[in-house]
Amino acid sequence: MSLPEIIRGKVYILGDNVDTDQIIPAQYLTYNPAIPEEYRQFGKYALIGVPGAQGGLPKGHIPFHDATDDFVSPYTILIGGKNFGCGSSREHAPIALNAAGIKAVIAEFYARIFFRNAVNGGYLIPFETPFRLCDKVCTGDMLRIELASSTVVNETTGEVFHLRPLGDVAPIIEAGGLFPYAEKTGMLSPKS
Amino acid sequence: MAGMTLTEKILAKHAQRDRVAPGENIWVDVDVLMTHDVCGPGTIGVFHKQFGKNAKVWDRDKVVIIPDHYIFTADAMANRNVDVLRAFVKEQNLPHFYDVGTDRYKGVCHIALAEEGHTRPGEVLLGTDSHTCNAGAFGEFATGIGNTDAGFVMGTGKLWLKTPPTMRFVFHGELPPWLMAKDMILSVIGDIGCDGATYKAMEFDGPGVYSLNMEERMTLCNMVIEAGGKNGVIAPDQVTLDYVNARNKLGKKYEVVKGDPDATFEFEKVYDLAKLKPVIAKPHSPDNKAFVDELVGMRLDRAYIGSCTGGKITDFRAAAKILNGNTVKIDTFIVPATTEIAKNLKTETLDGKTLEQVFLNAGAKIGEASCAACLGGPADTFGRLNSAIRCISTTNRNFPGRMGNKEAEVFLASPLTVAASALNGFITDPREYFA
Repeated sequence: MSLPEIIRGKVYILGDNVDTDQIIPAQYLTYNPAIPEEYRQFGKYALIGVPGAQGGLPKGHIPFHDATDDFVSPYTILIGGKNFGCGSSREHAPIALNAAGIKAVIAEFYARIFFRNAVNGGYLIPFETPFRLCDKVCTGDMLRIELASSTVVNETTGEVFHLRPLGDVAPIIEAGGLFPYAEKTGMLSPKS
Repeated sequence: MAGMTLTEKILAKHAQRDRVAPGENIWVDVDVLMTHDVCGPGTIGVFHKQFGKNAKVWDRDKVVIIPDHYIFTADAMANRNVDVLRAFVKEQNLPHFYDVGTDRYKGVCHIALAEEGHTRPGEVLLGTDSHTCNAGAFGEFATGIGNTDAGFVMGTGKLWLKTPPTMRFVFHGELPPWLMAKDMILSVIGDIGCDGATYKAMEFDGPGVYSLNMEERMTLCNMVIEAGGKNGVIAPDQVTLDYVNARNKLGKKYEVVKGDPDATFEFEKVYDLAKLKPVIAKPHSPDNKAFVDELVGMRLDRAYIGSCTGGKITDFRAAAKILNGNTVKIDTFIVPATTEIAKNLKTETLDGKTLEQVFLNAGAKIGEASCAACLGGPADTFGRLNSAIRCISTTNRNFPGRMGNKEAEVFLASPLTVAASALNGFITDPREYFA
């Protein structure tokens, strides 16, 4: 897998400390992500644990899925505040967002296991910002992330924001996850 | 050149290096990999997909599989997941499997790991559960990972880790009888915030820590993840070695590692236990700290004593002291973490009654050893909050929906505070019972 140059789509806004129980509540962890039909189900329940008023900021009470979709949400990019993905180690969390069609998350910073899982599993790109982007963008705005320059353009308002560089994990993200990265760097012999 | 912390020394040793510095990415050798029924099937899927259908785990003696999350449920999918574990154990001929419905069934993985001799000083233990940091109480590096990482470890025995800087928390004095390790760790989390240790190691030190038994030390390390910590760790002493050696039925050799006296800590905070009061975390975050005496009188619907951090034998001894001879005013659920603890409830006595009798006489309900309602789980889970009620609990998390209903309110506190509150039906300061 090579990285896309641009990630473009509608954005869904959340606040601080969005924990893994909000991203995918424990009762849905009985699906096995190793089975493709069950993997799809995680998309349906992604973000179902977010309390109504905290979903789809700044207004709130905006559902992540609209009435017409079952598994894939109309949103492509997610923005959160501090400590996104805190709580449990469940890889089902980035899987649920991936199955729902989310390609990138932008947050001030992440809880470390969610970050590792997102990167090592190759499910989505976890970008960080040195400021609170979640207060500057509205749910439903059309965003364009330009990877080469680490910038976000809000096409709805014309504003431009800068992301932090991906840093240490960039080679793993570029490779598509831990396994392809390990093959590329000689840690694993490539699959025949 | 400055010395290394305990965490840095363990990681350096497992990377075959003389030294590592915070921020360095290193490949480490893993001593024990643990998985359970919720993340095991996904991990096994990654392993098979990446290494092939006929692949073998890197070392069958180093893989430990402990079903514990969704056990006593009619949920067919949950039961199917335990079958996935069984098939894998059979295929790989794995010796360390604690299967449901057998004499080997244990319950909550983190306490099972300790009881069954899988936690040893100086080692690296990774598990597909965020509370794997629990094992840092034994002076080892232990942290939670996801399915992809665990699948990688299964095939290679290695994983890349970023060396964390260490924050040190020093406790002076000794715990008075109305305080427990839960009050200590809720203080720390409240002080530094639920992201205060993100990407960092948290080392606990000082006479107030070394006076604790291993169960209480586990309570401290278990909840470092609630501050975002990568791992929690306590240097091994004689208390550690006595516990580990008594449980080391596998006869494994291990090497005690200690931090250098001139190690560098990124942060240090000192506590005096003589000045600490009972602590509680209000909804909906473990860092939403208050002192119990600020909330006395708040009406409750339920009390829950269980989980890896709050369902150990020491937690039940503490609760029994308060419940003995009294009657609870609200639904009170008792869930031993493991089957060994469940057996002990039937044999340990207080004033001539078993702990089980104390709890039943008080009107509490006792469930079977497992994670149960700590993380909600399927709708028929014992003690699950199926409606928007208010619960006081000895568990480790109170994010929205953690114990079931997302409008429910969960207050986290020590077993002493939970037991005292169960008797009144409102939040109660346990010091009342130590007058």
